[in-house]
Amino acid sequence: MRRFANILAVALAYTLLAGVAALVLTPLVWLVAAAVKGPDDMFHYTFFSPQPTLFNFRKLFGEIPFLRYMINSFFLAGTTTLVQLFFSSLGGFALAKYEFKGKRVIMLVMLATMMIPGQVMLAPMYKLIYRMGLVDTYAGLIIPGAVSVFGMFLFRQSMLQIPDDLLQAARIDGCSEFRAYWDVVMPISRPMVGAFCLIAFMGSWNSFLWPQIILHNQQRFTLPIALNQCVGLYEQQYGVLMAGTLLSILPVTILFFVLQKEFIAGLTAGAVKE
Amino acid sequence: MSAATSGWFWKRQQKWAPYYFVAPFIILFLTFGVYPLLHSIWLAFHITSGPKSAVFVGLENFRFLLSDPDFYKAVRNTAVFACFSVFLQLPLSLGLALLLNARWVKGRNVFRFAFFTPHLVGQVFVAVLFSVIFIPKYGLLNVSLHRLLGVGLETKWLGNPQLVMPALVITSLWMYVGFNMIYFLAALQAVDNQLYEAAQVDGANRFQQFLHVTMPGIRQVTVFVVMMSTIGSFQLFELPYVMLNGSGPDKAGLTIVMYLYDTGFNTGDLGYASAIGWTLALIVLTISLAQLKITKTLKPGG
Repeated sequence: MRRFANILAVALAYTLLAGVAALVLTPLVWLVAAAVKGPDDMFHYTFFSPQPTLFNFRKLFGEIPFLRYMINSFFLAGTTTLVQLFFSSLGGFALAKYEFKGKRVIMLVMLATMMIPGQVMLAPMYKLIYRMGLVDTYAGLIIPGAVSVFGMFLFRQSMLQIPDDLLQAARIDGCSEFRAYWDVVMPISRPMVGAFCLIAFMGSWNSFLWPQIILHNQQRFTLPIALNQCVGLYEQQYGVLMAGTLLSILPVTILFFVLQKEFIAGLTAGAVKE
Repeated sequence: MSAATSGWFWKRQQKWAPYYFVAPFIILFLTFGVYPLLHSIWLAFHITSGPKSAVFVGLENFRFLLSDPDFYKAVRNTAVFACFSVFLQLPLSLGLALLLNARWVKGRNVFRFAFFTPHLVGQVFVAVLFSVIFIPKYGLLNVSLHRLLGVGLETKWLGNPQLVMPALVITSLWMYVGFNMIYFLAALQAVDNQLYEAAQVDGANRFQQFLHVTMPGIRQVTVFVVMMSTIGSFQLFELPYVMLNGSGPDKAGLTIVMYLYDTGFNTGDLGYASAIGWTLALIVLTISLAQLKITKTLKPGG
């Protein structure tokens, strides 16, 4: 009897898990199906039509500068990631491996910034960027976010585990402090670098509000801004809209596949004490 | 020791290195953190028109804000959404994590990956996808409901003010249940197995084990997730803004940040936008502190 109840519980649990997985994945499958469906098949088949077509993609690249938006997004997210990676890991290294005056204050201030919603600063930031002459430039997006507080925490956390002896050995070998960071610390921190790159890339790739405020020229639009416009433009042509959405989420998905393990470890590193 | 490592230059660079390393953060933080924050206080007491002009008006911005029915609508919508996030979405995340954490579950990583995928899709892209999923007649949701439950195909999820909030909640469940589950699962896996064994020896049943071993074990992460979800919910913007192409029918999808964006950047009143921003910050801070206080009083043994 007890055995039977156990089997029943296991079956129920797997059914639940599979059900939730289906609920989660169905919209994505539907998205792919809609992107490769011709306009005539759009309303005849719920999912895939027997005649898949690239019609929507051709329309997307032919009618609007979609390729341009993709390149813009790649450039912006790539640059932001590299800049954030460098400054955040450098700051995290200092907080992990040095004792210096003001360190505690810096850590407290960092924690405090995570509690204040960034929208408070939207208006004065716009004013500041305007005065600096950076409205409608990528610099206006990259410079204010060049250091990620979250990233500094992540790197500090992982670099705490690097033994001091290793740094001391590097110093005796004649490494400057920066060389020790660059040649010794960064190579060991590889998993965290992977995790952070994905988090930073995703953040920049998906960001909408600040770019929408700063960028005015259509030529500089990124994918989220462009896609938001497409909603009005292709109100009745859902296939085109879905093709655009699919292409917009593909790069991050591929990157995630590559960096999956590191990513989940990095995500929960700050939250769970080891 | 070689001459290179004992010279004054080397000692100096060793002493000053950490300052150089955190300098970029400090400079950027002062410029793009402290200065705008202080400036936003100043701005909140001024009426501006674009970035160039400002007239001092005292508390007028706040007085106007508190008399604007749209503001109350925005606060109510945002608060309702936050409640669903904390009281519906997080329990679902925890339940899913408990299920997945069972020792006998096979394919844990596959499920975890499946549940997590929506988080890879940015809010704007989710909004575009779901704006199509919610359309009458052909949208995935209406078609599914029709096939499974025989409900009519004409439900206008995004056109009916009563259904806008359910649509937003459904979308955010899809986005975030799996994401928050990752945190709970990590916390559950960090709970020491010996504690469960000890509890079993003491004769505790499953429920008692959950209450006395699991709950205290994941307490810290739960507090973290609840606070992050609340703060995130109060910043809701992209999802309704893109999905409804604005605030939606009868402004049923108007949120605090959308209200800020509309008044600050579409009408150009940066002063008023700052006043709204500070009001938002005060609401969020109050709730966060209240949550911290509640969790402290709930702590076993004081």
